[in-house]
Amino acid sequence: MKRREFIKKSVGAGVVAGTAISVLNNESLFAINKYKSDDLPYDLVAIKGGGPEAMFDKAIASLGGMSKFVRKNQTVVVKPNIGWDSTPERAANTNPNLVGRIVEHCIMAGAKDVYVVDHTCNEWTRCYRNSGIEDAVKKAGGKIVAGNSSGNYHPVEIKGGKVLKNARVHELILESDVFINVPTLKSHGGARLSICMKNLMGIVWNRSWWHANDLQQCIADFSTYIKPDLNVVDAYRVLKRNGPRGVSVNDVVTMKYQVLGTDMVAADAASTKIFGLRPEEVRHITLAHELGSGTKNLDKLKINRITI
Amino acid sequence: MFQKYLKLFRIFVSLVFVVSISLLFIDFRGIIPASVSDIIIYLQFIPSIIKFINILGFAAIGFLIIIILNLLFGRVYCSTVCPLGVLQDVISFMAKRIRKKKKYKFARAHNVLRYVFLILPLIPLIFGSIFLINLLDPYSNFGRISSDLLRPSAIGINNLVSILLEKLNIYSVHQVDYQHFKLTTTLFPIAFTGFIIWISFYHGRLFCNTVCPVGTLLGLLSRISILKIRINPSTCTKCGKCIAVCKANCINIKKLDVDFSRCIACYNCIKPCPEDAIKYQLDMRKKTKTREETIDTDKREFVAKSVIYALGLFGLTKLAKSQPANNEKKLIPVEKENPVSPPGSGSLRHYNNNCTACHLCVTACPTKVLQPSFLEFGFTGMMQPFMDYKTNYCNFECTICGDVCPTGAILPLTVEEKKLTQIGRVHFIMKNCIVYTDRTACGSCSEHCPTQAVSMVPYIEDLTIPFINPPTCVGCGACEYACPVEPHKAIYVEGNSIHQPAEKPYFEKLEVEDQEEFPF
Repeated sequence: MKRREFIKKSVGAGVVAGTAISVLNNESLFAINKYKSDDLPYDLVAIKGGGPEAMFDKAIASLGGMSKFVRKNQTVVVKPNIGWDSTPERAANTNPNLVGRIVEHCIMAGAKDVYVVDHTCNEWTRCYRNSGIEDAVKKAGGKIVAGNSSGNYHPVEIKGGKVLKNARVHELILESDVFINVPTLKSHGGARLSICMKNLMGIVWNRSWWHANDLQQCIADFSTYIKPDLNVVDAYRVLKRNGPRGVSVNDVVTMKYQVLGTDMVAADAASTKIFGLRPEEVRHITLAHELGSGTKNLDKLKINRITI
Repeated sequence: MFQKYLKLFRIFVSLVFVVSISLLFIDFRGIIPASVSDIIIYLQFIPSIIKFINILGFAAIGFLIIIILNLLFGRVYCSTVCPLGVLQDVISFMAKRIRKKKKYKFARAHNVLRYVFLILPLIPLIFGSIFLINLLDPYSNFGRISSDLLRPSAIGINNLVSILLEKLNIYSVHQVDYQHFKLTTTLFPIAFTGFIIWISFYHGRLFCNTVCPVGTLLGLLSRISILKIRINPSTCTKCGKCIAVCKANCINIKKLDVDFSRCIACYNCIKPCPEDAIKYQLDMRKKTKTREETIDTDKREFVAKSVIYALGLFGLTKLAKSQPANNEKKLIPVEKENPVSPPGSGSLRHYNNNCTACHLCVTACPTKVLQPSFLEFGFTGMMQPFMDYKTNYCNFECTICGDVCPTGAILPLTVEEKKLTQIGRVHFIMKNCIVYTDRTACGSCSEHCPTQAVSMVPYIEDLTIPFINPPTCVGCGACEYACPVEPHKAIYVEGNSIHQPAEKPYFEKLEVEDQEEFPF
């Protein structure tokens, strides 16, 4: 119970009420909410040809709707990529319209609270504002939460990790009932591509350690610890070059794709092919496959391909 | 008599100034826009003069307004506009509550010291250093107290509230990280705060009438003011009620004289006078020179204390020089020739000569890359903010520091200009790089580079390694900050002593590829 320890350390004895509420919240940490993957008609949905919202509407409907993932009165945390102080056209961050649409679906499914959070690379208030995501989330009825405070990240143990044994993870990820991962597909100087698994670096605090200690292995290791309930890969605009930040709109190609799935490795493998690479060319995908986090073999999966 | 209400009016105006300036320096959330900040700081004397010299424009004639006011009414600046003056009033006010019997007495002017402190700062100025003005300017000192000491305290309170609310699952008040408190750079503000509390607690406005060069200069001008506080000799009964409330100790009741050069126009003396004998009067008195000064022990003691204080400070700064760090991997140490000055400062020379180290930019900087320096700019540049790539890096799209700088040490740039201004250049030490030493992927530097002056190129196997293109580097320091190698970085920015234009990065427009079918 490291979390409890943390609370004891950080909050003085006087704050009995606060502590009590936190301990109550711990229940949700262990709540078993998960549907079985067998309940879903497909392992993966790939859709192309429409706007980000239209594609999501169709894709989620083909999986049976958001209510398959979010039940009434549950708390949801949505984790887009909001890493950079950059406009939507630059495709360094997740498409704001898509994030807004996902929040709306969660609320329609009866979610109590929908939080949106990211540990940004650039100064967070500017990232949230200029990405358009803050606005989109507020309009959709979600709550945008700062991810810049060390105190909100709590130590966890990664038992399946080869190199990465510990990390500090944002409390909303630990506490929320449902975790939806919404990366954007883009090139990356170090990891080759940034998709589902790479996006999870935005829920940890001490990520610079990953860079210093075999980045690809750390990304794969972390995928053994946490499995988002749903991954939505935004490949509407794709940053094909100079990622993950990009230099100008010249680096961006409008591809109009989206991939949905519960298996991060499979979603990453499919997205890699959309990008124009083989999954083997992105080392953390193979490493995660070997660790058993998911499968990169798309032939064995039931994939729904939709063209608008 | 409306003059009895002057004090109330003075208190009201002074509170407006001191509260707005304090908020400006404490504003850790960047709520107050630069346009408002310019208005709040407009009348500050020293920044206004320096800005006027820099831009020669209407935007910086605040000091002229002060001079005109001074020629009409005396040193109204010192009691209303000057935040350090008002701070001292607040301390004296509390002192009066704590020390019940406290009454002010007349004291002679420390004229030698006054003019020494007025002329001394000009000597380094001839050699192009603004050093002593930085140490003595009341506005900048107040800025440092607020930005370096009050702001961290406010952040602490904010974070406590935030933590408590988060326990209730309310995430609307976000925490602000303050991990960059350094004793070396806060030493002077702390010492100065102690000094100002002590001197105003026991001696009223002695600082303003002895140490402060602005006070002395405006005092000189007060000698020819049109309206002066004067005692009417025919009605004065020498009851001494006015002296008891005079923070400047400038009323000599024996001679029925007010030393108006030291009067800070606080108007405390007007209301207590039962005879209505002391008040603003047109100055038509014939000038009679009186030589009242003789060397006294008080003065000598004061000089001695000041010298010891200055020497002590110097000694401490020498003592606290950087310490050697451990070096496990046999990394090559990073040796920088120049520190990096903020975008808009043009050159180290311009920056060091014009920055009074008020730390308004330190408060305003959203990433906190601007940090008070210690010895980065040398001893005489102490406390002037520098681009500290250990703390953070400069946001590519941001120009706030130039927008708020009250002296023109950092001149405003448009976002487009800023993106093509090279404040420093990237250097790569391959032998320190993770990809070279550990043969594992990283890319942290290139990931953060806004212009791809650092890009990742193929290396052995499927690895990529940084490759630098310095002409397009703007010197933002993102690569240096993001580099995970400790204690010696593999990539760093060497400051440009004169800022250079950066080349605009160019990459051809990518073509839209048509994919008929899904690739899987």
